[in-house]
Amino acid sequence: MAHKFPALTADQKKELSEIAQRIVANGKGILAADESVGTMGNRLQRINVENTEENRRQFREILFTVDNSVSQSIGGVILFHETLYQKDSQGKLFRNILKEKGIVVGIKLDQGTAPLAGTNKETTIQGLDGLSQRCAQYKKDGVDFGKWRAVLRIDNQCPSALAIQENANALARYASICQQNGLVPIVEPEVIPDGDHDMEHCQYVTEKVLAAVYKALNDHHVYLEGTLLKPNMVTAGHACTKKYTPEQVAMATVTALHRTVPAAVPGICFLSGGMSEEDATLNLNAINLCPLPKPWKLSFSYGRALQASALAAWGGKAANKKATQEAFMKRAVANCQAAKGKYTSMGSSGAASTQSLFTANYTY
Amino acid sequence: MPHSYPALSAEQKKELSDIALRIVAPGKGILAADESVGSMAKRLSQIGVENTEENRRLYRQVLFSADDRVKKCIGGVIFFHETLYQKDDNGVPFVRTIQDKGIVVGIKVDKGVVPLAGTDGETTTQGLDGLSERCAQYKKDGADFAKWRCVLKISERTPSALAILENANVLARYASICQQNGIVPIVEPEILPDGDHDLKRCQYVTEKVLAAVYKALSDHHVYLEGTLLKPNMVTPGHACPIKYSPEEVAMATVTALRRTVPPAVPGVTFLSGGQSEEEASLNLNAINRCPLPRPWALTFSYGRALQASALNAWRGQRDNAGAATEEFIKRAEVNGLAAQGKYEGSGDDGGAAAQSLYVANHAY
Repeated sequence: MAHKFPALTADQKKELSEIAQRIVANGKGILAADESVGTMGNRLQRINVENTEENRRQFREILFTVDNSVSQSIGGVILFHETLYQKDSQGKLFRNILKEKGIVVGIKLDQGTAPLAGTNKETTIQGLDGLSQRCAQYKKDGVDFGKWRAVLRIDNQCPSALAIQENANALARYASICQQNGLVPIVEPEVIPDGDHDMEHCQYVTEKVLAAVYKALNDHHVYLEGTLLKPNMVTAGHACTKKYTPEQVAMATVTALHRTVPAAVPGICFLSGGMSEEDATLNLNAINLCPLPKPWKLSFSYGRALQASALAAWGGKAANKKATQEAFMKRAVANCQAAKGKYTSMGSSGAASTQSLFTANYTY
Repeated sequence: MPHSYPALSAEQKKELSDIALRIVAPGKGILAADESVGSMAKRLSQIGVENTEENRRLYRQVLFSADDRVKKCIGGVIFFHETLYQKDDNGVPFVRTIQDKGIVVGIKVDKGVVPLAGTDGETTTQGLDGLSERCAQYKKDGADFAKWRCVLKISERTPSALAILENANVLARYASICQQNGIVPIVEPEILPDGDHDLKRCQYVTEKVLAAVYKALSDHHVYLEGTLLKPNMVTPGHACPIKYSPEEVAMATVTALRRTVPPAVPGVTFLSGGQSEEEASLNLNAINRCPLPRPWALTFSYGRALQASALNAWRGQRDNAGAATEEFIKRAEVNGLAAQGKYEGSGDDGGAAAQSLYVANHAY
């Protein structure tokens, strides 16, 4: 092994570490508002709104101009490139509105999936070309964190060793480049819920994927204290007939993280995948009540699970602004409570079911 | 990826996890009394005692006849093969004496180092052949944990990628085989303190080595909750001209562990290497006072650092046995306190020095 060549100075490490901690302080989480143009098209189509730049701008404006108290629940917002340069109706940049609320601004950095030849329809992620220059520019433009989503799927022969290795490597390259430019990288190795596999199989795969991710981050000299993880929760596949409680999801999820994520990582912000708003909140709450040691913050980075009701309330009409903002705030506050294990809703099973699954720990 | 084939049943996992937790219960650590015949030769020649089987038996008797005071500070004892089948003067097997004190019996199972051709004097460790059968027999004979030591060294070009990979792999194979036989594997990837490298270099190398070890353990489906780690503390090389305080050693050590050792590992039992008895205790104490969050027990697995004074007091004379045993009990109690951060050693700076290095955290 050659002599060590430090990737970051002490000041760079301090800056990254402070940004990461600020995002997940006190139960705060992330609003993932970085839907690409195509993905926004899907969302808007469902509420019969045309997918124009102005409509996208209007919806984001409603979310970002919500009352300042939102900054008690939301520590960071991930933006899509277009949105970073959009303004509200008074001409004020969205990113400044967010910063003035004390919210850290983030940017989606990946450029979508590309197929891995010779695999069962598996993919890697593009976006490394010129990434350093893009990061430098975003940093100048007020961004302090990045996000990059790798996708793995469970199926016959999947995820393959190649898919795991390649996606882990791409994530580590992205993370390294971000840190060189003062951006905290959110590392997102999503194991998608498509399929009929059970929760135990998802846990097994998630553990293998995360072990590979952290080995790659170590190989690429990434400063873990200046990163965040955005993983899937451990759940059964969508088509699995067996049903699991939030406490079971929580135990499987925290066990998997426990076995793979070093304590140096300051925060884990779950993606919501296809979960309903309420399920995403209930599961996050159960995760925070799980009796296993949890040395990282366990919070949220939700897209649909923070915006679904808001979108429905909006329907493309400016007159619905207040209702939209209320719907969004309600989910933001609920998820912040869940990130502290303090969410109560009707039908929550409470302490009893959490307790009963503790001894079943060993089957995980 | 094919479906998982569980390596262990729920009952097997529970047994392993329970054993590990017993060994590193609060305030407890391990007496490494597993010196091979060759190593004992060195120890005994230093006090002018002939290296016979009887002398080795008499010496271990000095240690194992310690009274109940050791129950609260010794959780496990590592035996050498010969010693596992020896008895005290009254014909009571040593294994039974130790077990009757509620202390877990362990066994050294590796068969020493062998060279890695094409490297700069690097080694791997042998002992895998027939290991499963040996473990099964040891389990019947009262052993519940095992130890296997790998050795790496720091120099201009070492440890090489091959040495790291090969030693991590052999540790993982050993660990897997142990668990199949109900034995908790202590995983020991020792990085020798030989050399003039500084603290930072040791930290860097330790992080690389531990990352490789945990990736290998994951690849080999080892159940982390049923393992223990026995690493070196992060220290400068013996010939390094810079001196560091226990707080600096502690901060570097805990930082390295936080970045690489998953929280699922129940305990980290440090080796003492070439440290003096007092140094080993002061460093362990500082580690347990380090302000960074530590999700695993941080305790000792000391050989020389528990036995040096006892050996010296004994000098092969039966009449000295009582005094020698007292010396051992004294170090055991001191280290039991150090494992809780409660040791008020001589010249201990206490809170101030520990506090002042917290801000410097980011430099590590």
